[in-house]
Amino acid sequence: MHDSEPAETPEPAPAADTAAAPTRSAARRRSAAATRLSVTGVLGEILVTAGVVVMLFLGWYMWLNDITAGAEQQQAAEEVQQELQEQWERGESTAERPVDPGEPVISAAPAEEGEVFGTLIVPRFGPDWVRSIASGVDVKTVLNSYTVGVGHYTQTQMPGEMGNFALAGHRRTYGAAFGDIDKLRLGDRIYVETVDGWYEYVFRGLEYVWPTGVEVLEPVPAAPGVAPTDRVLTMTSCNPRFSTAERIIAYAVYETWYPRADGPPDEISGVVQARG
Amino acid sequence: MYAALWRILPGPVWVRILIVIVLVAVVLVVLVEWVFPWAADTLLPQDSTVGG
Repeated sequence: MHDSEPAETPEPAPAADTAAAPTRSAARRRSAAATRLSVTGVLGEILVTAGVVVMLFLGWYMWLNDITAGAEQQQAAEEVQQELQEQWERGESTAERPVDPGEPVISAAPAEEGEVFGTLIVPRFGPDWVRSIASGVDVKTVLNSYTVGVGHYTQTQMPGEMGNFALAGHRRTYGAAFGDIDKLRLGDRIYVETVDGWYEYVFRGLEYVWPTGVEVLEPVPAAPGVAPTDRVLTMTSCNPRFSTAERIIAYAVYETWYPRADGPPDEISGVVQARG
Repeated sequence: MYAALWRILPGPVWVRILIVIVLVAVVLVVLVEWVFPWAADTLLPQDSTVGG
């Protein structure tokens, strides 16, 4: 409120229109001079803006994108479940009937990478948690996808098959399909659904390896060249959270399977039938 | 810069505020829909696979 122009101050302002008019125009001139564009001023504002944008980006990356992508992946997987049911009802099962009725049927591997062929249901990750499984582990089209989130290593076996059915999913960001992988406890059920039915696996344990640890994908994990005698489910994700320094590996062992004709297993019947 | 933008905007104060809100919303949509996904893929590659 310091007035630098002496002409205005002594006037007692007799009439509104004679004295006020020059004062206002002078004030406008002063404020225009104060806010005239300067290099440092513009640079400062650009830097502040950049800071805000970076903050927004981190908020989106760590939090908002996870929520929106997770919700979209969940919804897409629920649609896949319905689709699998309809496929089965049309008689489009891809599996060959096993000789022994107790043996699980093995669905044929999808012909193309990126094709969704089943869903993963993990009650430990949430009461109605389900994600689509696509063929291949391409980051852009599968793992970062807003409709998939879980990828199948194509060099590994199919669900229920003797050997290793290996999956990858993000620990953080893009829906974080395997965000709670470290919360799995001994005995937790993990279900894989295909057009032919549900395969039940039982969680056994976690392992931590370097990103180069491809031996976890072997038919007998960590034992290259050994002929498999078990049906294993392997899940790989990042460790620690927010980092890609290591990989966290979850192993589960095949327990049994449920042909689609007999309906889903009890534990997940609510999840599946509610959408049927 | 922002003061200059504010002066360029036409109309009374409430119209200007409305315009600013719309502009900010447009910028946010562009950021979230295109800029942020691009930046995430380019600057912070996330790989959860082994051997990849």
